[in-house]
Amino acid sequence: MKILTTVKRVTDPDMKVKIKPDGTGIVTDGVEYKMNSFDEYGVEEAIVLKQNHGGEVVVVSVGPSASTKEIRTALAMGADRGILVETDAELDSDAVARVLAEVVKKEQPDIIVMGKQAVDSDRNQAGQMLAAYLGYPQATFAYSLEVADGWATVGREVDGGTSTKRIKLPGIVTADLRLNEPRYASLPGIMKAKRKPLETMTPDDLGVDVTSKVRVIKYEAPEERQAGRIVETVDELIEVLRNEAKAI
Amino acid sequence: MADSSAAPQGCSFLINEVGSESIFCPEKFSEEQQMFGASAREFMEREVHPHIEALEHQDFDKMVEILRKSADMGLLMMDVPEQYGGLGVDKTTSMIVTENLSTYAGFSVSFGAHTGIGSQPLLFFGTPEQKEKWLPKLATGELIAAYALTEPGSGSDALAAKTTAVLDDDGEHYILNGSKMWITNAGFADLFTVFCQVDGTKFSAFMVEASREGVSTGAEEKKMGLKGSSTRMLILDDVKVPKDNLLGEVGKGHKIAFNILNIGRFKLGVGVLGGGKRTMKIAVDYAQERKQFGQPIGDFGAIRAKIGEMATQLYALESMCYRVAGYMDQNLDTLDDTADDYVDQMMEAIEEFAVEDSIMKVFGSEVFQMVIDEAVQIHGGYGFSAEYEVERIYRDTRINRIFEGTNEINRMLIPGTILKRTMKGQLNLFELIQKVEAALGEGVAVTPPGQDEGLDFDKFLTEQAKKLTVYVANQAIQKHMADLREQQEILLMMADLMINVYLMDSTVSRTQQVVAIKGESGVDHYKAASRLAVAGAYNKVRTLAEDLLAHLANGDKLTKHLNNLDKLAPRARVDTVTLRREVAQVVVDRGRYPF
Repeated sequence: MKILTTVKRVTDPDMKVKIKPDGTGIVTDGVEYKMNSFDEYGVEEAIVLKQNHGGEVVVVSVGPSASTKEIRTALAMGADRGILVETDAELDSDAVARVLAEVVKKEQPDIIVMGKQAVDSDRNQAGQMLAAYLGYPQATFAYSLEVADGWATVGREVDGGTSTKRIKLPGIVTADLRLNEPRYASLPGIMKAKRKPLETMTPDDLGVDVTSKVRVIKYEAPEERQAGRIVETVDELIEVLRNEAKAI
Repeated sequence: MADSSAAPQGCSFLINEVGSESIFCPEKFSEEQQMFGASAREFMEREVHPHIEALEHQDFDKMVEILRKSADMGLLMMDVPEQYGGLGVDKTTSMIVTENLSTYAGFSVSFGAHTGIGSQPLLFFGTPEQKEKWLPKLATGELIAAYALTEPGSGSDALAAKTTAVLDDDGEHYILNGSKMWITNAGFADLFTVFCQVDGTKFSAFMVEASREGVSTGAEEKKMGLKGSSTRMLILDDVKVPKDNLLGEVGKGHKIAFNILNIGRFKLGVGVLGGGKRTMKIAVDYAQERKQFGQPIGDFGAIRAKIGEMATQLYALESMCYRVAGYMDQNLDTLDDTADDYVDQMMEAIEEFAVEDSIMKVFGSEVFQMVIDEAVQIHGGYGFSAEYEVERIYRDTRINRIFEGTNEINRMLIPGTILKRTMKGQLNLFELIQKVEAALGEGVAVTPPGQDEGLDFDKFLTEQAKKLTVYVANQAIQKHMADLREQQEILLMMADLMINVYLMDSTVSRTQQVVAIKGESGVDHYKAASRLAVAGAYNKVRTLAEDLLAHLANGDKLTKHLNNLDKLAPRARVDTVTLRREVAQVVVDRGRYPF
């Protein structure tokens, strides 16, 4: 079975994000980058699928040249081969989906496992859009995945509960937090990763115009939370809610 | 380390012009080296930190389980050559991993005792048969190792050990008797490297399995800190050990003991760096959470000054550590690892930087002590409560100034080795001394460049500190000659001069690399930390030199020396308040060590 999985290079979510004074983006001085954490679940699941069914895991990233580090990390975890579609352009989910669609057409994987969203932009669109462009079935927010006889049975986390979906492969599954516990690279794994193939191409090579259809107008930090206040009586509470907060 | 030529000589920082070479630094870590560091960090966060409570209560089964898990990750086989199933990584990588594993001392000490002092004697001095027999099992954690050198009556004076080994009547076995003190991992170790006297005087090493009859351990020591690690006495009562277990040659045990300690020292230097960085983060996080007078205490200048100082000294330490890592790899790369005398050459390559290793050990352990002390202070009363992690770290940290050679022993090794190398003609200290004397003879006083002119000011301070150091060292040599090695107070002060010079030289050189790599934007805090560390060290050097001269001379002679001191090292003060604020701001903004 050929499994395709994706990784995005994102700013470390544990770091404090500072927005540029003019609101055009975030301050990147001294910012650290790492693999999108949802992608770690995707990569782990891809490796588990390979362990159970044999085959090959191909890991793809779309982004700046430094993304090779995240690809190497996936290779160190156990993926077999990497592809970087290199671009410094600001990408929207649609551009990423169209680039990935071309890679999928070339690679013809049996299944595509992705993170449900990236922790930097939190858009949660690329997987769904990729399915649409390819005309493939999709199962998002997976917490479990079984593959047999050309079908995938996917347990999904939905509002207020779970749902189970069967999709015919090739198809797209996006990973949620409870899908597995991602491994981290062992030292021998890291050394092996160095020798695994990593191919680089550009959106142009794939015939994709990545000009963004989404325009970011401004970044703003959420308003700081104000300190709370303790009121003495219920009457006072009602009075404050009505006249100060104008909530009732 | 792209360049394959040999590294500069050890100790040459004292005489070479600052910034004249491109030193290795964290900004040059390869992608692979960074990944090694990230994996080690991940391992600590997932497998060790959640169990600290149990480990602190001496759940040694858990410790052994974690050590075996670290074997699955490949951590135990990192330094083992590939031919014995290891990874044989370079020294830099090994140091990066050590740094990242040092965020909980109870674990890192157990880990280090196994992989470092426990396994390395065998690794470097074992016969192929001995290695074949034990190394693969040490690499998987099936066997846990320990190192038994110290005895109740012999600590720093290790060669005075009393444990005996006597050849049995059959001529095939040695009978070992004696006791060994402070043996890390003793509670669960399977294999001990034991040092003892053969025929009463021939210091030698043996591999002793814990399962042999007559091997036992004492009760757990009740230690101030490092409670997560097992420390016991090892008792050898008529232990019969086959001749094949002799490690190296009879009477050559000192070679094993001292070389292993050299390696231990540079690992300790990066270990305390890792511990220090984490401790600083804990302190900064707390300072941002804790509110007094209506604002986070991390906003107050009194707290920020501490944070700025922590980050600055850690930056200096980091610059000192990875510089040596780079040198070692540079030299080890030139060796042929199939040569018969490879181990000797390798030990020589490591020994070459014995002075730098001692400096890292001494300075590193004292920086960490400062960092944890201030971290407790930032916590206020809560820092005194065992509910907070800094309380444990405070106790755990104290030992770093004691083990791997006390800081006093290591300090005395610094000028001792430098003088020895100078006398042997390996280090040309006298050329610089003559230059300094000549310059003083011409009577032209030097003035520092402006403080706004990039690193020129910092380089100037470094150069003058070197000159002052060799000037004072020369006075000490002239006055005491061969007797100098008995003048311990003088040696300690000379050591501090040299430590500060190495700090200045490494910090400026690194900052120069940082600017070359990153360009001028986003490096202001590097420059601020560099300036702060260098100016601080410079003023320490001036004070130390004055004190030392006041001991070495008096009357007119002293006046002349002090005048020379002013000429060589003019007064130079920087705005430490602003610099510390600048560094602290970046630490607080990023919530972590910012370099």
